[in-house]
Amino acid sequence: MGSPAPIKDPTMPAPVLGPGQTYTTVTQKLSAIITSRTPLGWIAAMLIAGAILQLLMLSATWLLIKGTGIWGLNIPVGWGWAIINFVWWIGIGHAGTLISAILLLMRQQWRNSINRFAEAMTIFAVMCAGMFPLLHTGRPWVAAYWLLPYPNTMSVWPQFRSPLIWDVFAVGTYFTVSLIFWYLGLIPDFATLRDKAKHKISQIIYGVLSMGWRGSAKHWFNYEMASLLLAGVSTPLVLSVHSIVSLDFSVGLIPGWHATIFPPYFVAGAVYAGFAMVLTLGLPIRYFYGLHDYITDRHLNNMGKVMLATGLIVAYGYAMEQFFAWYSASPYEGYMMQNRTFGPYSGTYWSLILCNVAIPQLLWIKQVRLSPLGLFIISMFINVGMWLERFIIVVTSLHRDFMPSSWDMYHSTPWDWGLYAGTIGFFLFMMILFIRVMPVINIFEIRQLVANKSEHAETASADD
Amino acid sequence: MAENLYGLLAEFDGPDELLKAAKDAYADGYRKMDAYSPMPIHDLSESMGYDKHRVPIIVLICALLGASSGFGLQYWVSVIDYPLNVGGRPLLSWPSFIPVTFELGVLFSAFGALIGMLILNGLPRPYHPVFNVPNFERASGDGFFLCIEAEDSKFDISETRAFLESLKAKKVDDVEP
Repeated sequence: MGSPAPIKDPTMPAPVLGPGQTYTTVTQKLSAIITSRTPLGWIAAMLIAGAILQLLMLSATWLLIKGTGIWGLNIPVGWGWAIINFVWWIGIGHAGTLISAILLLMRQQWRNSINRFAEAMTIFAVMCAGMFPLLHTGRPWVAAYWLLPYPNTMSVWPQFRSPLIWDVFAVGTYFTVSLIFWYLGLIPDFATLRDKAKHKISQIIYGVLSMGWRGSAKHWFNYEMASLLLAGVSTPLVLSVHSIVSLDFSVGLIPGWHATIFPPYFVAGAVYAGFAMVLTLGLPIRYFYGLHDYITDRHLNNMGKVMLATGLIVAYGYAMEQFFAWYSASPYEGYMMQNRTFGPYSGTYWSLILCNVAIPQLLWIKQVRLSPLGLFIISMFINVGMWLERFIIVVTSLHRDFMPSSWDMYHSTPWDWGLYAGTIGFFLFMMILFIRVMPVINIFEIRQLVANKSEHAETASADD
Repeated sequence: MAENLYGLLAEFDGPDELLKAAKDAYADGYRKMDAYSPMPIHDLSESMGYDKHRVPIIVLICALLGASSGFGLQYWVSVIDYPLNVGGRPLLSWPSFIPVTFELGVLFSAFGALIGMLILNGLPRPYHPVFNVPNFERASGDGFFLCIEAEDSKFDISETRAFLESLKAKKVDDVEP
């Protein structure tokens, strides 16, 4: 470990772990984020996020008192920001599952230091997503009987032929499975915290959460199989969730929605948005907690590449939408696309192309992929761009449909903004809380990286 | 004295040393033993004779149970209890029942993986004798341990201790029950 830095081999990727890490330093560094004194910056961040969270409380309360009339919804645009935000949030969640499940199956070791907070992000994003359809019903407590199959006094049951019910099951399953996966990964780390915690109460809490984990070889044996299988079932799950979300649109006959490309195009968009959010959150965490040895240039580079690839799939989706509109020879499809591109919402459409197609092309440049600031700025553009994409899909298709007599414009109200900003506050609040009470990087998987590294070092020196 | 002990806990320098010690102890005839490490070590459990995967069958059963109950629920609701004629389509419009069937299969198998793992590992278990060794808290950080249990037929307090020391253990501790 004390040997001079090896000459950089251009064919080898950058390391996933900084130099000089041992089991002891990894454990110390990563558990110290939690066991050390609360940093002032954390309290400040918590206060800001908590203040934004109050907007959610206010907007939700006023909504429940007055009903959805306080939003900008009208007929024909009966699906407004609630659905836009739902799809936006649920898409953001997908990167967490992609990183934790699909990259696990592909044995991509660079996932190890970003999977934990990406999974946390998934859970909080799905919570935010779930609020919108529930609040969109206006009276969530009455909505239960047509969302969930339970024997009720009216003897009615949900309509299982509707994608909206598939959505309930898909999102509910997705949330539960993400939570299980997250908790499974946390058990050994809770054991570490139990043994590292200084305060009696935190020892008891982490002790209960760790379920008496003692790192036995037999435990690990079953544990690894369980996480592998969870990854195996989560992979088709994550693909199914956004496919089902896209069916909410594409099963409908509205021009611009009724397209077979929707499921893959939505899944790619979800991964795109999710990786952007991982960077939006991960880069500041890396900076403030000095985690450069764990989230290395290799991670930034790879995440940049994933965003570039999924961004190109999304761009292909936009191109195909234009193509379908022309090739279908349907006057309604054709008009919808003309209206989308040059109509009253054309500014939004071209902003979307700028954010999601044009600017991310900078990711072809390696210096950009390695620059935290550059990645942060691009990821912000993508966050905005993906929101605009859903706005375009929902609003431009609905506001001018088949009958010109029913055309109308859609205008959002401050309550739309309040609820949306409020969920961002909730999301940040939960993330900041999470950083303080749970290990933000998977400690035991980093130890595995240490073990692999020393193994490789040994084989390398044996080769000499 | 030996009857009052849970076993002997030996600490090793690292994962490779622990794996070698576990293999040697198994080769020497010890069976009731367990190794403790802060991260999974490839082959460690298999080298001590614990190599049957039982989580997969639990997950498979749960997946089938989930999928069939999902389909059964939709069949019962849509065909038997609340038949609705939607545009003259058949009541058993099974393609539209696939998403929920799939989701419930996944949901049940995820519960199966977590709960199956916990049951097979005998968790939650707040108390375990190895926690009595003061140094053992490092098993969740940077300590690598092998415990030979007193229940083993070959266990003898002084011989086993000598054997563990011969495996280059850093330290051998008694584990109070």
